[in-house]
Amino acid sequence: MAKNYELTCDVCVIGAGHAGCEAALASARLGLETVVFTMNTDAIAMMNCNPHIGGSSKGHIVREIDALGGQMGKNIDQTFLQSKMLNRSKGPAVHSLRAQADKAAYARRMRQTLENQPHLTIRQGEVVDILTDEDKNGTSGQRKITGVVVNTGTIYHCRAVIICTGTYLNARCLVGECITETGPSGMQRSTYLRDALAKLGITTRRFKTGTPARMDGRTLDYSKMKRQDGDPVIEPFSFSTDPASIQKEQVPCYLTYTNEKTHEIIRENIDRSPIYAGIIEGTGPRYCPSIEDKVIKFPDHDRHQVFIEPEGSDTNLMYIDGMSSSMPDDVQQEMYRTVPGLEHCRIVKNAYAIEYDCINANILKLSLETKAVSGLFCAGQFNGSSGYEEAAAQGLIAGINAAMKLKGRGPLILKRSESYIGVMIDDLVTKDNREPYRMMTSRAEYRLLLRQDNADLRLRKYGYEVGLVSKEDYEKTETKRAQIQAEIARLKETKVGAAAENQKVMERIGSAPIRTLTSLSDLLCRPEMTYEMLKDLDPDRPALSKEVTTQVEIEIKYEGYIKRQEKQVKEFERLEARKIPDDIDYDDVKSLRLEARQKLKALRPASIGQASRMAGVTPADVNVLLIYLDTRNRKEGK
Amino acid sequence: MALTFNEDRNDTIAAIATGLTQSGIGIIRISGPDAIQVGDRIAKTRKGKRVSDFEPSVMHFCDITDPYTKEKLDECLVTAFHAPHSYTTEDTVEISTHGGVYVMNEVLSLCLRQGARLAEPGEFTKRAFLGGRIDLTQAEAVMDLISSENDFARKTALRQMDGALKDEIESIRERILHEEAFIESALDDPENYSMDGYPEKLKRICSDLVDSLNAMILRSRNGRVLRTGVRTVIVGKPNAGKSSLLNYLTGEERAIVTDVPGTTRDTLEEKVRLGDVELVLTDTAGIHETDDAVERIGVERATKALDDADLVLYLIDSADGITGEDEKIATLIAKRVLSGNTRCIVLFNKSDLPGRVSDEDTKRLFRIAMTGAGKAPDEVINYRKIDSLHISVKDGTGLSDLKDKIGQMFRTGELLSSNEVLLTSGRQLQEAVKARDSLLLVMQSIEKGMTEEVYSPDLMAAYAALGRITGEQVEDDLVEKIFSEFCLGK
Repeated sequence: MAKNYELTCDVCVIGAGHAGCEAALASARLGLETVVFTMNTDAIAMMNCNPHIGGSSKGHIVREIDALGGQMGKNIDQTFLQSKMLNRSKGPAVHSLRAQADKAAYARRMRQTLENQPHLTIRQGEVVDILTDEDKNGTSGQRKITGVVVNTGTIYHCRAVIICTGTYLNARCLVGECITETGPSGMQRSTYLRDALAKLGITTRRFKTGTPARMDGRTLDYSKMKRQDGDPVIEPFSFSTDPASIQKEQVPCYLTYTNEKTHEIIRENIDRSPIYAGIIEGTGPRYCPSIEDKVIKFPDHDRHQVFIEPEGSDTNLMYIDGMSSSMPDDVQQEMYRTVPGLEHCRIVKNAYAIEYDCINANILKLSLETKAVSGLFCAGQFNGSSGYEEAAAQGLIAGINAAMKLKGRGPLILKRSESYIGVMIDDLVTKDNREPYRMMTSRAEYRLLLRQDNADLRLRKYGYEVGLVSKEDYEKTETKRAQIQAEIARLKETKVGAAAENQKVMERIGSAPIRTLTSLSDLLCRPEMTYEMLKDLDPDRPALSKEVTTQVEIEIKYEGYIKRQEKQVKEFERLEARKIPDDIDYDDVKSLRLEARQKLKALRPASIGQASRMAGVTPADVNVLLIYLDTRNRKEGK
Repeated sequence: MALTFNEDRNDTIAAIATGLTQSGIGIIRISGPDAIQVGDRIAKTRKGKRVSDFEPSVMHFCDITDPYTKEKLDECLVTAFHAPHSYTTEDTVEISTHGGVYVMNEVLSLCLRQGARLAEPGEFTKRAFLGGRIDLTQAEAVMDLISSENDFARKTALRQMDGALKDEIESIRERILHEEAFIESALDDPENYSMDGYPEKLKRICSDLVDSLNAMILRSRNGRVLRTGVRTVIVGKPNAGKSSLLNYLTGEERAIVTDVPGTTRDTLEEKVRLGDVELVLTDTAGIHETDDAVERIGVERATKALDDADLVLYLIDSADGITGEDEKIATLIAKRVLSGNTRCIVLFNKSDLPGRVSDEDTKRLFRIAMTGAGKAPDEVINYRKIDSLHISVKDGTGLSDLKDKIGQMFRTGELLSSNEVLLTSGRQLQEAVKARDSLLLVMQSIEKGMTEEVYSPDLMAAYAALGRITGEQVEDDLVEKIFSEFCLGK
């Protein structure tokens, strides 16, 4: 008679990728006994696709993760090979930090952090079942988490589970006609969870993504490519990293291009691409198209960019960014070799497409807890997103909210108006997403306010409130805030006149003369003017850190835009603040259109604002809802 | 992102609170925190007393004057109500004009220019409810109202959006979206898309679009009055006498009249004054199945005209009797009459010729039409939205009865004039102005040398405002556009 081994903890995290790591760390750091399961301990925090962290809008997310007390920013600060602030020629709202990672170092360091984290246990094994019981506190029929079962038969009793299976669940990889039933990079896939979830009424769907080839760098001719270097002065991701501590020799990347010959080969062999041959059933992301997609969908482009990026400092492997593919090996060999510099390339790992199970995140609450099962949280690619940063951010929020739930506290829900993370989760949970979701700056309505440079000012307080950010760090941020406000006020009050010595300063700066008594803030609004340049007109200025003066400059220069956006935010937040009670019966709301009623019943939005963003719910439906809620409140004497 | 729900009780709304009838007194109501101020700007008694000085709830005789042009629009009775002692429980000003569609529209339009926002259908009632003025039991009625008026407003908005105006707005939106998608792509993928020289290009585009919008705004101001009136459609099978009736009503040879069925290939439109009622008349190609391609377009338009109608004049050829075609047409009409505010008058034409239509035939036709439209036959016997008359367009028999009938329906309020058409047009105007102003802000940013990312909020504001005119949702258009037009991602 087999006997099950039984253990008890608070939280089980399934998967130790970028979501799982953040979830496990957050939960353990908040004092909960946490076990994180991984199919292979060598796969913890693995970067299976591109070798960089950050980039447009993703850099914002990393900063936000850091402000809330997550690990990703700190980890990349210690393991990068090259760092660059993108969009530097544009305004601060779209500056975005991107760092090339040493993949192995990144994963190793994250694993170490997990290993040394009190209350956290790493366990290799496949979770094959999720145990639940009737939830006596919930509505009738509601289940709650009681534990998980591992493939060895061992049971872990727990009160919350966070699913972060990434691309591992029922994964299959495709290189042309060659299909292997593995997770990324040949790792063993997981299979049982799909049925376990089905038993709980949670259905999965198929998404796909792809990755380009890895090549032996010694076989590439960089003289035919354009060298791409990092920034001379490196900015860290983490607000806690001392910039001086991370300045170092950087490794270059290279830029080359596809050409007509490449495209011709792809067109000739398109019927052998599993996607175009109809073998792939999953939906792929449009923002990260394979080279096949680029060639077929944009036939008027005579070339596409190809970035050659290092995979690490102790490997010759180079990542061929921009040419992901699922063509057969022979076509890959042929097409890569048409690219200048890649004529004699030796492929080490083929480009491949990967298909996997994920959920439609509409089944989640904004806290990332499932509506069906109390204590069951989901994060990362499993929720239909893509990207390391998107995954990590969800992992962090799921980890925090699992902990909050077990501690009997309310969930942390970030608003669209205060963070990219809030935008992402709201989009995932509310909207009708039919492909892997990537963060984009265009998705954030209030991005002039949501800058990477002020993520700490926006979010530190939440990190502190939940308990992931130390009092010291929190107070540092609040001091910074006070200094910024005081300095802005001072610049508005301090006026300079048209005295000769002032005009001399203006002339030296190359700015028009001062006509009448003008405030320093008005002078700072001139396009050519910087805070630094005002120095000589402003001899009594206080000594302030660069971080503070940068904020002062942005707040003053963009004041008009910021004010306009703040007004929009106020309007937006009014609707967000109108909460819809959990127990609302939509059949009781007369005058709703049938489509709206069905959609609202399925999604059960938390607020009027969320309802208004749902597909199939019109402004009239929202008005009807508002009146219904008002009536109800009055009946209840509120 | 473009949705605005007017649950904001902090803004001030205005609308014509009575129906847009030609006779009697029309009331324009302004409600909200700035109502009194708006009143101050436009109304003054002969002795120079302003609305804010009025004794509450007492009527004052005032001149209504445009503060900019100094043009006097009308002499009116103006009453100020102070919160919470008003219908909406907010500060309210009511302006009783002498009536007349033109004057009412001008006064309303002036209020909107002075800072009020056009009220949504049912919004006064909604505010009254939210302010606790209306009993709880009425709440559901308010919701029904909003729900149904929403459909009605959409119908009327669409009606206006036919043709050139809609195409023009769509093309402006398309251009804005294309530029916005380019900016977003370049911001998201800076290593792939360069913005060198782009601001200058965008400035030229914005300037073009501002010109187009300005022209549109001007046209809209001039054209607004022309769009009021009872939308009236004349239908019937081919050669039932539709064009002749139209010609009779308009008093000129407007439509080509022949004995060949299907001569009227297109819908014709004509504005007619019938006593105190204004009709916008549409003559339709006979509604019947046809193989003639040219004529088919006419038939499609006719069906569409029916969708938009306030009043349907249905001609039956008495000499020909009731045919299968009549049954089809009657069913089409019945569906519309049952579903909304449309009224119908059945006209048995050619009473000068020996008639073959008996009362029994008529009842049978009604029954077929009503069941075809999904009603139980016994519900329809006394269906009040349908009247009938015997006429002869040829010798003029019964035509004055027809005029009287329409006039009576209008005066008793049975027949609604499409005042919502006017309202949506007021809203169109406001949104077009908003869109233009947002584009001007973009140009200003470019002139100031601001970088590209600050253009987007204003570009999208313009896009959203125009979208509210056409009733499109903004939602995920942008993301779709980026993916379809720009090759994004490594």
